[in-house]
Amino acid sequence: MNEDVLSVESSVKSKQLELAADDKTIFGFWVYLMTDVVLFATLFATFAVLRNNSFGGPTGGQLFSLPYVLVETLILLTSSFTVGLAILAAHQQSKAQVLFWFGVTFLLGLAFLSMEVSEFRHLVIDGNSWRRSGFLSAYFTLVGTHGLHITVGLIWMAVSFGLIIKRGLGRAVIRRLTLLSLFWHFLDIIWIFIFTIVYLIGAAKG
Amino acid sequence: MRTKLNTDKPNITNYVMGYGLSLALTLAAYSLIRIHLNSIHTIPSDSILYYLLAVLAIVQLLVQLVFFIHLNRETKPRLNIMVALFAGLVVVVIVFGSLWIMSNLNNHGMTPDQTNNFIIKDEGIHY
Repeated sequence: MNEDVLSVESSVKSKQLELAADDKTIFGFWVYLMTDVVLFATLFATFAVLRNNSFGGPTGGQLFSLPYVLVETLILLTSSFTVGLAILAAHQQSKAQVLFWFGVTFLLGLAFLSMEVSEFRHLVIDGNSWRRSGFLSAYFTLVGTHGLHITVGLIWMAVSFGLIIKRGLGRAVIRRLTLLSLFWHFLDIIWIFIFTIVYLIGAAKG
Repeated sequence: MRTKLNTDKPNITNYVMGYGLSLALTLAAYSLIRIHLNSIHTIPSDSILYYLLAVLAIVQLLVQLVFFIHLNRETKPRLNIMVALFAGLVVVVIVFGSLWIMSNLNNHGMTPDQTNNFIIKDEGIHY
């Protein structure tokens, strides 16, 4: 009987240790995300300094289509919501729902990325590439770096599908999915500022 | 030492509220710009517009930190929030510091001739 109590105690203790280890992993990833914030801050600062240096070329207000960018924004915002639903489903151990919501998130992310690539393509074809002016260099660097992060997120998501199907929803898998969801929410937050600073204020400045 | 993020049992109302609020804030910022452009930059005036857009973006940042990332649910010691606040400080220094320095340089005018004259005057050089 004593042994039973002991084993229950030790299993509770090991469960606590496991959760503490999860928290440490998440904290480490959070620190990485905050250094990524600093990277984006330098790119935002560069853009803010160079935004008026269009070198006789077109300005932001002339180049960007606001409804197009609004659709991009809504797609990314929705994908941030669906990745949250995927994590909820993961906590309820519902594999089908997790796969469904990650699938939706993946497709929305892919739609966002292809809209961005198509926007870049049109700019370059019209002769407004990063070589045109300081403003466009800063624009392509800032928005392109965000797009690169989205691409990495999509690859990570694709790998996660395999992981979920192969290993199910164990603790380690849920921990990884949680990190992925944090990464995805973080990219949506960065996009809020790109939407406001690059596109909305760019349109207001003409 | 427990630092919680997302490991708590989150619930669906959290996410729905976060999504609804973010949608509303995004559409508010968008319509603000539409009104501003349609009124030929008068309603609201340029300077007020920038403050309003900044407020909307920062409110949406807080909404997503609370409802999507659950930063407010962290138990003590609140290490995640501390790191985030420090990152925020660094961001402010980098962005506003750069703008301040660069606008200061712009104020000095500075075609090559002007640069020469400025240095000559500044250094007290006489020919």
